[in-house]
Amino acid sequence: MEITQFIEKFAEQFEETPRSIFAATTDFKSLDEWDSLVSLSVISMVDEELGKRITGADIRSCTTIEDLYNLVMSK
Amino acid sequence: MYNPFSLKNKTILVTGASSGIGRAIALECAKMGARLIITARNKQRLDDTFAALEGSGHQQIIADLAQKEALEGLVLQCPELDGVVHSAGIAKLILVQFIKQADIEEIFATNTFAPIVLTSLLVKKKKIRTGGSVVFISAASGVYMSSVGESLYSATKGAIHGFTKGIALDLAPKGIRVNTVNPGLVPTEILDIADDLFSREEVLERRKKQYPLKRFGKPEDIAAGTVYLLSDASTWVTGSALIIDGGLQLGAI
Repeated sequence: MEITQFIEKFAEQFEETPRSIFAATTDFKSLDEWDSLVSLSVISMVDEELGKRITGADIRSCTTIEDLYNLVMSK
Repeated sequence: MYNPFSLKNKTILVTGASSGIGRAIALECAKMGARLIITARNKQRLDDTFAALEGSGHQQIIADLAQKEALEGLVLQCPELDGVVHSAGIAKLILVQFIKQADIEEIFATNTFAPIVLTSLLVKKKKIRTGGSVVFISAASGVYMSSVGESLYSATKGAIHGFTKGIALDLAPKGIRVNTVNPGLVPTEILDIADDLFSREEVLERRKKQYPLKRFGKPEDIAAGTVYLLSDASTWVTGSALIIDGGLQLGAI
C-alpha cells in the first residue's frame, strides 16, 4: 500500500476532522478527535486492509502518520 | 461452628479454573470444604490451581470446552455434582464495523455455546443432584452496561443472562437452582487484550472513575458471591443475577 492510500484509510477512521488536515507529517495524537476509540479503529483498519497486527504500544511510539506507515510496512 | 455458607460434602465443578476468577472460585470453594472438579485448557496452569486447593479428593480434567468431544468427555468423567460454576471465558475488543463471522463464532463458542451445551449434557446425564446449584459467571457488561469495542463480549454475556432465566424454570422441578454472578471489571489475565490494544494503565485509569467504591474487583470478591449461590444459604434463590461491581451499575461519574 502506498502512503497516500494509507493516509486516506487513516483519515476514514475519523468522523469530524476534515480530510484536508491529514498529511504524512500530521502529528495525529495531537488531533482533538484522537482518542482510544479512534486508536482501536486504526488498529482494526491495519489488520483488515494490510493483514498486519499492531498494538497500542506501536501507536504510542509514533508521532506522525508517516511514522506509523513505516512501522506498519516494516512488519 | 454455625456456618450456612459451608460447602462441606458438596462436589463442585468449576470451568476456567486455571486463572483469574475461575481459579479464585475453585480455591475459595475448597476452603469452604467442597470437593472440586476443576477444568481448563492449559495443563500447567491447571496443575498450579490443583496444587493450591485445600483439602483432598479433588480432581482435574484438561478440556477445551469449545470442542464438542471434549465437552462430552468431561461430562462422562464427572461424578454426581452438587454445584457447577461456568467461569471459562474470553474477551475480545472489536468495533462493530470490523466484526467478522469468525469473531462472533470464536467468542460465542467459549462464552455462550460451551456453558449452554455443558449444562444441557450434565442435566441429560443426570449429573446434577437434587438441591444442586448452577452458577454462570456472566458480567455487568451486556446486562447493565457496556463499553466501546465490547459489543460482542456483551452479547455473549447477555445471552447467558437470558438463558439462566429460562433454565431456572426448566430445572426448578428437579430442585436445581440456576443463577448468575455479574462482575464489574476484575483485572485478571483476561485484560491482557487491553494491553495489546491500549495500555493496561490507560484503560484502568479511565475506568476507575466509574466505580463508586473506588477500586476494581478482586477475583475473591466474585468467589464470595459464588460461594453464597452454591451454599444452602441460597436455597430459595433461583433465576437471579447477583451484581458484584463496586457500584458500577449505579452509573456514577
